[in-house]
Amino acid sequence: MDETGVRPTAEQVLALAPDAASRKAGTKLGTAGPWSDTGGGGAEGAVWGLCAGSGGKPYRTVVDITGPAYTCSCPSRKFPCKHALGLLLLLASDEQAVDGTAPAPGWAEEWLAKRRERAGERGTGSPAEAAPGKPADPEAVLRRAERRAARITAGATELEQRLTDLLRGGLAAAEQSGYGLWEETAARMVDAQAPGLAGRVRELGAIPGSGPGWPVRLLEESALLHLLSTAWLGRDRLPEPLAATVRTRVGLPSAAGSAPVRDHWLVLAQSDSSDGKLITRRIRLYGRDSGRSALVLSFGAAGRSPQLGLPVGLMIEAEILPHPGAGQLRADWGRQFGPPGPIEGPPPGGSTGAAIEAYGSALRADPWLDSVPVTLRQVVPVQRGGGGWQLADADGESALPLASTGLSRSGLWKLAALSGGGPLTVFGEFGHRGFQPLAAWAEDLAGTVPLT
Amino acid sequence: MTSTTSTNATSTSTNDATTPWEKLVVSALLGTDRRTPPTDLTGGGKDAPVALLDAAALHTVRRRAGLLPARAGHRPEAAPHDGRRPLPEAAGRRLALLLADRSAPSGGGRRGAAPDLGELLPQWLAAANQQGYRAPAAALPALLDAARARTDLRPQTLMFTGPRGLWLAGLNPEWKFALRGAPGSSALPRARDAEAVGRLWEEGLFAERIALLSAVRAEDPETARALLATTWGTERAEDRLMFLDSLRTGLSAADEPFLEQALSDRSRNVRSTAAELLSALPGSAFAQRMAARAATCVSMDRTGGGQVVVVEAPHECDTDMQRDGVLPAPPTGRGERSWWLGQLVEAAPLGTWPARLGGRTPEEIVALPVLDEWADELHAAWCRAAVRQRDARWSAALLGPPSASPAGGPGTGPGTSSLAERAQLLATLPAAERSAWIASFISAHGLSEAFQLLGVCAVPWAEPVGRAVVDALDIARDAGSYPWSFSGVMGLAERCLDPAEAARLELLTATPDEPEGASPGAGGYWSEAFQRLVSTLRLRAAMLAELTGPGTPYGERRGEPLGAPSGAP
Repeated sequence: MDETGVRPTAEQVLALAPDAASRKAGTKLGTAGPWSDTGGGGAEGAVWGLCAGSGGKPYRTVVDITGPAYTCSCPSRKFPCKHALGLLLLLASDEQAVDGTAPAPGWAEEWLAKRRERAGERGTGSPAEAAPGKPADPEAVLRRAERRAARITAGATELEQRLTDLLRGGLAAAEQSGYGLWEETAARMVDAQAPGLAGRVRELGAIPGSGPGWPVRLLEESALLHLLSTAWLGRDRLPEPLAATVRTRVGLPSAAGSAPVRDHWLVLAQSDSSDGKLITRRIRLYGRDSGRSALVLSFGAAGRSPQLGLPVGLMIEAEILPHPGAGQLRADWGRQFGPPGPIEGPPPGGSTGAAIEAYGSALRADPWLDSVPVTLRQVVPVQRGGGGWQLADADGESALPLASTGLSRSGLWKLAALSGGGPLTVFGEFGHRGFQPLAAWAEDLAGTVPLT
Repeated sequence: MTSTTSTNATSTSTNDATTPWEKLVVSALLGTDRRTPPTDLTGGGKDAPVALLDAAALHTVRRRAGLLPARAGHRPEAAPHDGRRPLPEAAGRRLALLLADRSAPSGGGRRGAAPDLGELLPQWLAAANQQGYRAPAAALPALLDAARARTDLRPQTLMFTGPRGLWLAGLNPEWKFALRGAPGSSALPRARDAEAVGRLWEEGLFAERIALLSAVRAEDPETARALLATTWGTERAEDRLMFLDSLRTGLSAADEPFLEQALSDRSRNVRSTAAELLSALPGSAFAQRMAARAATCVSMDRTGGGQVVVVEAPHECDTDMQRDGVLPAPPTGRGERSWWLGQLVEAAPLGTWPARLGGRTPEEIVALPVLDEWADELHAAWCRAAVRQRDARWSAALLGPPSASPAGGPGTGPGTSSLAERAQLLATLPAAERSAWIASFISAHGLSEAFQLLGVCAVPWAEPVGRAVVDALDIARDAGSYPWSFSGVMGLAERCLDPAEAARLELLTATPDEPEGASPGAGGYWSEAFQRLVSTLRLRAAMLAELTGPGTPYGERRGEPLGAPSGAP
């Protein structure tokens, strides 16, 4: 294999799988047996091969590793399909199985050439111009925006009414009224085209069943929702960055607006969550040169993996296109320069105290912020009574409790195993719910260990 | 110091609200109609619910912005250092794949052409342990989960996960199994630490005591026997049986006095186990007593020219015999006298017989005709004796030539006709002899009888065994049957064939023309089965190459057992 190329690790490949069944099926195909005419890898940035299936004609599979992007002649509706996963696993695990010197056969070259062409087109224009569709009539756009703002205003006003009614009657009553009340209110917010408000209302509905201390949490979240709807109603009087934050929190679509930021981006974590209809993939990045954090979201319909997947633990030179909004990190993935390479080490980090400070100051710009990305240096995972865990400074008395939600069992035990009772570096998100570890580095071990 | 989770701890009781925040919570809980929020907090002038929400929002953001760290809990003791080498990179990637395959449920039905990775994990672990690698820290949870689900994986997994694995298992009750019976487990005191050993022996759980006894015995048999003797009289019968059974490993003449004593145990099962162990010590007084008894029953026929064996089975089972573990009551369907004879011959040292039967060799003795249809009984007892005493010469003689019909029956061969007995006899032969015998057996009789026998072969299979199996599979394919009739052997072959055979097998992966009268589609399924076999062998070769690194060709390590196939008896 060409030494400029970076082979994905098996874990990175398996993270691309849309579901457990694909992971299993892909693993079975990750051996030389069913494959023939394989080639690529390395500087090519692509890998291809023929995979024998149950039928007579083998499937033609091509993966552009730099994307990654996939094509396969199989009829599977999963994306990536098991053949693409198998091919990547083969590349990951078997040095000899993929011929790095073979030229791409016609059927693979055709698809790769098309991709290069498209990438070239995107590269020449500015990102805003690259957006598909015809330039719209500016007046019509404005009219539509005004109509939507009016509907959101009506929705926010109604929400205010419902919140004051709730407080007038008392939260204790909310426990009896059950989930239906909130579902109905959330549906009203969807009608009002304010998905951000709808999402928060739905979360309120889950709080009364969430165990001891729920009235406090319900009051906190109701108050922040009230803060958001009144902020929307008074958005004309807010400074622009805060107004932009309010607009995105309410759920108006935000578009990458400001200038692209080119950097060497460390891909620190990738995690998927699903609400049953939509899979949301969160990819967390750190810019080696700018010191900037970014969050790239990618979406997929149920059963389909989101289009964008970046190799966790590697570094990619690329542009990102940040969305507006104070204190928010959302960005779109832009042009990419060259294949991913190894990262030299974790991002710079600090103590538990520094993490708390970072969250505190971020709240000034965005009071609805649940957490901020931070890297903790020299911390030890400590098991508390009752199954809780915390990360404690190796040389101090301070600690951050681990968030009880969102932390997978396997991630937690990986973290403990990696530490072995000693200090390590952990990247994660810290906020009022605690610290959620996402990746870790141990002193005696090369590479990034994903915890998601 | 305020904890970051203090929001959860706020009292919701209505009577003792003291802080401004608590007053807000009480008002919110009861409703502003019933409890007006304090105006010093809300400023007044606004509708009460709005004023309350405003104040709560301010408080919430202020509280979040002013979080304080929690007090650090008690730091865990650091995991002991593991001095073994880290895994080579490629081997680490392979392990991740094997473990990932394990976690996904396997879909039933046809197996297809791809290898079953989960089946290769035991071999991978054994090879990694042989090479002295330590497990990558991040893989420890998945390894411990795998060992938790499959007990057959435990010894190799625990050896591989090493001291850090034990350290981690100590934190998670789901992995408690690792703390018991692990080799060098931290839960077991050192054999020399008499006080700790004594305490665990007195107070430990049964499993811990068994593990302790085995560990101490491995290091110092005498101390182990002394330990056992301290409490022997007070143990429950089933526990005595298990403790006695643990003497099987490393059995030596030094154990004789203890076993001799156990012959007069209250429990019949303990007595017969003690007798069985003693009979594996041909020099013991017990063995001599049994030899004397057995010899009176078996002799050359003096009337018929001295070329025939006559058997005079015992007429009674006296108390001395019973004390030596001979069971007086036969199972249903067996005669008393042949039952007693069988037990005597089985427990008598095989060395008794050449002298007793005219100075003949074992081969000559086994070939002798036996009067009055006692041959089967006598041969079966000799088989059991050969296995018990691990006597390769007698085993070979009793097995007879591999070409003899496996169906057995009177007069077909000198030895045994039972496959289970044959497998046991084979296990006592040296590896090369064993392989040669099994290979000839398969060539002569095909695969249907061979499954049990293959289980006793060293892995990877020696060349003659592998060739015989592949040839037999090829013949079965040509005969037109379906491959799943041979799925057991096929599965064994995937795990046990020498990976060097892969190239030769490549020829068989082509889909052949269907011969007349063949089962429909069988050719395609055979091709698929052979593809899987070839790719599994390639995978095993790659796997082992990754672990051994360049310069240690896999072929040099032929004959080492790499984990018993799960289908073995």
